[in-house]
Amino acid sequence: MANIILDMCHITKEFPGVKALDDVSMQVEESEIHALVGENGAGKSTLMKVLSGIYPYGSYDGDFYYNGNLCRFRNIKDSEHKGIVIIHQELALVPYLSIAENMFLGNEQASHGVINWDATNQKAAEYMRIVGLEESPQTLIKDIGVGKQQLVEIAKALAKNVKLLILDEPTSSLNESDAKNLLDLLIGFKEKGISSILISHKLNEISYCSDKITIIRDGKTIETLDKNEDTSEERIIRGMVGREMSNRYPLREHNIGEVALRVEDWNVYHPLYPDRKLVDHVSFNVRKGEVVGIAGLIGAGRTELCMSIFGKAYGTGISGNLYINGQKAVLHDIPQAIDAGLAYVTEDRKGNGLIISETIKKNITLARPAFISERGVIDPDLETIKAAELRKELGIKSPSVEWGVGNLSGGNQQKVLVAKWIFTKPDILMMDEPTRGVDVGAKYEIYEIINNLVEEGKSVLMVSSELPEILGMADRIYVMNEGRIIAELKNDGVTQEDIMGYIMRDSNKGEIGT
Amino acid sequence: MKKKAKGGNMKEMSMLVVLVLIIALFTLTTGGKMLKPMNIGNLINQNAYVVILAIGMLLCILTGGNIDLSVGSTVALIGACAGTFIIVWHMNVYLAIFLCLLIGILIGMWQGFWIAYVGIPPFITTLSGMLVFRGATLLILNGLTLNPFPDEFERLSTGFIPDIPVEVLGMKINLICFFVGILLAIGFCVLQIITRSNRKAKGYELESLGSMAAKMIVTSVVIIGIFYLLSRNRGIPTVLILLGVLLVVYNFFTQKTVRGRHLYAIGGNMKAAELSGVKTKQMMFFAYTNMSFIAAIAGLVFAARLNAASPEAGKSFEMDAIASCFIGGASAYGGTGTIIGALIGALIMGVLNNGMSLMGMSQNLQQVVKGLVLLLAVLMDVMSKKNISLRDFGFLAKIFPKKETEHI
Repeated sequence: MANIILDMCHITKEFPGVKALDDVSMQVEESEIHALVGENGAGKSTLMKVLSGIYPYGSYDGDFYYNGNLCRFRNIKDSEHKGIVIIHQELALVPYLSIAENMFLGNEQASHGVINWDATNQKAAEYMRIVGLEESPQTLIKDIGVGKQQLVEIAKALAKNVKLLILDEPTSSLNESDAKNLLDLLIGFKEKGISSILISHKLNEISYCSDKITIIRDGKTIETLDKNEDTSEERIIRGMVGREMSNRYPLREHNIGEVALRVEDWNVYHPLYPDRKLVDHVSFNVRKGEVVGIAGLIGAGRTELCMSIFGKAYGTGISGNLYINGQKAVLHDIPQAIDAGLAYVTEDRKGNGLIISETIKKNITLARPAFISERGVIDPDLETIKAAELRKELGIKSPSVEWGVGNLSGGNQQKVLVAKWIFTKPDILMMDEPTRGVDVGAKYEIYEIINNLVEEGKSVLMVSSELPEILGMADRIYVMNEGRIIAELKNDGVTQEDIMGYIMRDSNKGEIGT
Repeated sequence: MKKKAKGGNMKEMSMLVVLVLIIALFTLTTGGKMLKPMNIGNLINQNAYVVILAIGMLLCILTGGNIDLSVGSTVALIGACAGTFIIVWHMNVYLAIFLCLLIGILIGMWQGFWIAYVGIPPFITTLSGMLVFRGATLLILNGLTLNPFPDEFERLSTGFIPDIPVEVLGMKINLICFFVGILLAIGFCVLQIITRSNRKAKGYELESLGSMAAKMIVTSVVIIGIFYLLSRNRGIPTVLILLGVLLVVYNFFTQKTVRGRHLYAIGGNMKAAELSGVKTKQMMFFAYTNMSFIAAIAGLVFAARLNAASPEAGKSFEMDAIASCFIGGASAYGGTGTIIGALIGALIMGVLNNGMSLMGMSQNLQQVVKGLVLLLAVLMDVMSKKNISLRDFGFLAKIFPKKETEHI
């Protein structure tokens, strides 16, 4: 039997209100490619952050052993010192430095603090040869493509004398041939005694190169499959999503009316790279009193779709037709979108949703000050009353509306964000990850708020990466992948397996043969 | 005006206490010279331009800690224009004032355009402006000083409202000034009572009678006290009226209007503001256009006080204005700060200047003290921010403890 180089035993990691990892165990052997699969938020990245020391020893429960030694990493340097290197989905390269400089960043080839550039470039060239990167070591990172940048990351790991390489979705932004090169490189590394942990959603890639597959769901290890066992996609998907649905979703009366929002042939391009198409000929509709879910993986173009509809808040080269209540609508900016009855509850409440330094009251009224002002002059008392009404209605727990949003819990902040958009009296609410980072209790309350909204005849378009949430709440589901809508499903008897199946089959199209 | 975000009020109150302490300290150390009627008049005249500039600067700082470095040069340029129009071309004074304000607005639009619509960082745009407008001043004036201005112009800054001096108990008192003080105090109290009854009629929450009475008494005593001292001097300085109007207008704008609210929102979270329908570019453009307009007003006031158009005018005025805002509780990250705070900050700077001069302290030492006061004030802000952030972002900090540095 091969040597076990990594043995993670009963790892538990808790965040306030959320158990991200619950008694997870996993073993990696020498010279093996070990795939780690699971839904968004299942805990894969958290586990890898524990392993690489980003969450230091003591911030989690349980232990892990590397080559038989107990590991107590305080930071990422400690893990890299042992030869464990993590490559994140978002590459951490400095665009205006050269390949060689990036490769030895933090690990400079220097004596007494003076860098030896000849040694740097020569060594860089050596590692670049190993990974098959044909560029000058002095080429700037910004001048090479994502595929090559990925190789630089791997070469950088080699320069750190890597023994265990962790790759988080390494192929998500690569094209077919770059992806295959990368996987072949990993297979080649096995002969050098380097093991890899591969996090991926692309099941065909996993079956192509991995020796073992560990499935994580809801922060728990479900099973580890050996490549000699049944590792068909159906089998993996069942492991990923096979959870019991309990009544975590409040019931509502379904009273579906006319089409409120209709989008036809919608296209959006990336604002910085205008030749990258993010939304590709998308058509869909939402009816009055209906919750429509958009399912898909992170990066499928769901946020871009919503934001581009919301007064062209994102993207360039937007084309397509928009109909609100049967009337064609052309929305040039966000104020027009708000006036037209649209609302967009952003996915990242701290980044672009709330003004953390301001009070609940001022956050709630920000998007439609016309309701509390006359000729541009705010009536502070009216503002207080209106905000207090919403605070009560949505159950925002705080002493008053004068309370700073920064002092609230995540769930209550999310409710303030929803309140802010309910205040604008919208007909159609686009809600992007409405329950992200919110504990179970607050989730239920937010679902109730959504139910109340649609029972009033409003329409809700819900984007969520949590499939159970979409299945629990939506009347209809659109499945999105790589900028396209690939399926429209009526939510009766649809299972998570069905949805994941659509996504997986679509992702596999035209890529590495299975 | 009274209902502000928690913390905002606190910060102002604590700076107000600091101001009172400083005044008390200097009154002691200078043997009462500080509060002599004559000195109060000086204080107002000496510091009017700082207060005016601080008002404009606050709006820029609110948008995200952005500052305008060019205001000192703009002050000089406007002085040079006024000198050229009035002294060299013998233009009508009021027409010249109008043209100068227009030039101020144009300068602001120039800078606002680059900052808001092209996206050049304010620091760089206004650094460029600082050089360009100073150079333009030197070109216009040929490096020479123009003087004197006609009385009509000079009165703008150093004049007093005509008054009726009388002798009461052996003291010379300007009656109109004294009564204006009393009227203002009464007006303030009446306004309070009317607002209260209006709110009561609408069924809104009311503040306690005790705190309202205390506020009325303290404010009235301060107003009457100041006007009493002024009346012992030469009456109401014209520039005080200008200051009063600017303070009321801009306080109203920032605290009560939708546009004012938008300025705070941009500084608090630019992306969130944009996604809430705030026209962020328009507001940035406005803030900088307004700043130069305000600098033009300050330029006229300063030229009138100097009674000359000098190529050296306005040097390091931008620093005084910026320091006033930060001392007065504006956040270096934007999103918080008030006009009243900026006023208090400017007064602290002014009283420090004045008091130290009265004590005969050297200019060099004065600089050191002022610099340290600024650091201390901003330190307080940073520390209060840290406190909040520990509570707010403690959760995030646990999840991403080394996010910024993990791969560098």
